Amino acid sequence: MTTITENAIPEPRRGTSDAMIAFVIMTALLLIVPLTGVYPFFVMQALCFALLACAFNLLIGYGGLLSFGHAMFLGTAGYFTAHALKVWGFTPELGILIGTLGAAALGVITGLIAIRRQGIYFAMITLALSQLLYFVYLQTPFTHGEDGIQGIPQGFLFGIFNLSKPITLYYVILAGFLLGFLLIYRAINSPFGEVLKAIRENEPRAISLGYKTDQYKLLAYILSGTLAGFAGSLKVFVAQNASLTDVHWTMSGEIVLMTLVGGLGTIFGPVVGAFVIIAMQQYLAGFGQWVTVIQGAIFVICVLTFRRGVIGEIAHYFKRSL
Amino acid sequence: MSINLQALFAQLLVGLINGSFYALLSLGLAVIFGMLNIINFAHGALYMMGAFAAYFLLNVLNIGYWPALIVAPLAVGIFGMILERTMLKWISGLDHLYGLLLTFGMALIIQGVFQNYFGSSGLPYAIPDLLKGGMNLGFMFLPIYRGWVVIFSLIVCILTWYLIERTRLGANLRAATENPTLVRAFGINVPRMITLTYGLGVGLAALAGVLSAPINQVRPLMGADLIIVVFAVVVIGGMGSIMGSIITGFALGIVEGLTKYFYPEASNTVVFVLMVLVLLIKPSGLTGRAA
Repeated sequence: MTTITENAIPEPRRGTSDAMIAFVIMTALLLIVPLTGVYPFFVMQALCFALLACAFNLLIGYGGLLSFGHAMFLGTAGYFTAHALKVWGFTPELGILIGTLGAAALGVITGLIAIRRQGIYFAMITLALSQLLYFVYLQTPFTHGEDGIQGIPQGFLFGIFNLSKPITLYYVILAGFLLGFLLIYRAINSPFGEVLKAIRENEPRAISLGYKTDQYKLLAYILSGTLAGFAGSLKVFVAQNASLTDVHWTMSGEIVLMTLVGGLGTIFGPVVGAFVIIAMQQYLAGFGQWVTVIQGAIFVICVLTFRRGVIGEIAHYFKRSL
Repeated sequence: MSINLQALFAQLLVGLINGSFYALLSLGLAVIFGMLNIINFAHGALYMMGAFAAYFLLNVLNIGYWPALIVAPLAVGIFGMILERTMLKWISGLDHLYGLLLTFGMALIIQGVFQNYFGSSGLPYAIPDLLKGGMNLGFMFLPIYRGWVVIFSLIVCILTWYLIERTRLGANLRAATENPTLVRAFGINVPRMITLTYGLGVGLAALAGVLSAPINQVRPLMGADLIIVVFAVVVIGGMGSIMGSIITGFALGIVEGLTKYFYPEASNTVVFVLMVLVLLIKPSGLTGRAA
């Protein structure tokens, strides 16, 4: 049975310590960002997408399931959080909780449907489900259709952190990203993660060993969707709006692209991929539809020649697990 | 509830036309999947290219609708075969999902290029003189062109079915789907067959594009949303059977048309909702084998 990721993990023990070092470097770099004069809005946006891509990667890189509809979690959590903050006047922490729970509930419902088919059908079903949701959000009044929910108040997190101050907001977003990242890292390296990898490598064998593979896949899908939703809730505070673009299939495609560029099934790949793609979009914003063409070209090049992705290639070269 | 028959039949006709496109596209997807093990995400973009090919033939080379019906699918089919030879061929041994990602990238490139030059608005394409006007059937007014699309699509679908299920060439093709190594040992050029199959599937998509040009305007994104609906059609019907995808395509078009009449708010989503129901009741699809 072939698998979607070519980034097999060779030596777990040394790999773990390598990952620790990489994690410390990444965290240190992200902590000093506000001192460097890099546009913080860009980094905050990239961090939200990095968490989103990591959540997506949990599903494809470790579970072998390609979801082509992950934007539905991003958009749903965004709408829920935005509505809770703006219309109900909830505090930020409650808003995030509502958005994340909304994504979790969506994960349970769509997971029970999508998990019934494997491989290529799974990808088509998740895409179709997210398109269904797109049309629902287009028509329901609370999302304000094409306009989206605009001008969302940022408020005070836990009553003390003023989120309308960019520097405070930056560290809150960073904390949220690190929390989600560590949770995913923990899940991958837990017995649950090991079973997931076993299913990816050889599902019939995992079944014959007595694992209820459908339950594992469903759990991975719900976890992935919930964390993607968490990223979507955080993004509301950065962008201060929630709109239909976040639910559209082009967004799902971008999530796939970020993960593919960074490296499917690598721990740090999605983070690198998210920064690369978001930076590219920023610099090429004036070139109109050529951005789409370039994204398509990156897809083609990655699949044809560069399937391990940036981090996957580095890890492969040094024979480490990153 | 009083039923306005005129409006009901008009929506049914729209549904049948959409159904024709679903059938032609899902048929092509099924043929390609059988042979290449790839879900062709670029199918919607190639459908759009078919419509643009007809547009260019008319406006640049002054070649009308009837020749375009043959020339456009041929040209786009050849373009597809070049794509297969230069790109898809290299990922044949890999997981299915890479095929989906590669063709998704191809779709983005094609659609992006067309959007750059033609924006997002539609270009008009006139109905050919012979098929202008309509007839009064007593219970409804039938625009001739729309009737032609349904009947012609049905004929093409049945011819494709006949080609694959009832001819020598089709038998070779089906055999190569089952066991390419063995078929090669019989001296049949399987790689060439794969290329031609991709060309055939792409040609069918382009033909649907030409047929739709006079009805829906010629737009760069005309295939982008359509392909997602066709994916749902394919999930409902399963890709195991050629006739299955034809029937499912037409049937879902009709259901969509009925929804437009009885509950228009759900007309965008009804196919997806049906997909969910089918997955809950019969996960392997209506005609498909378990995947």
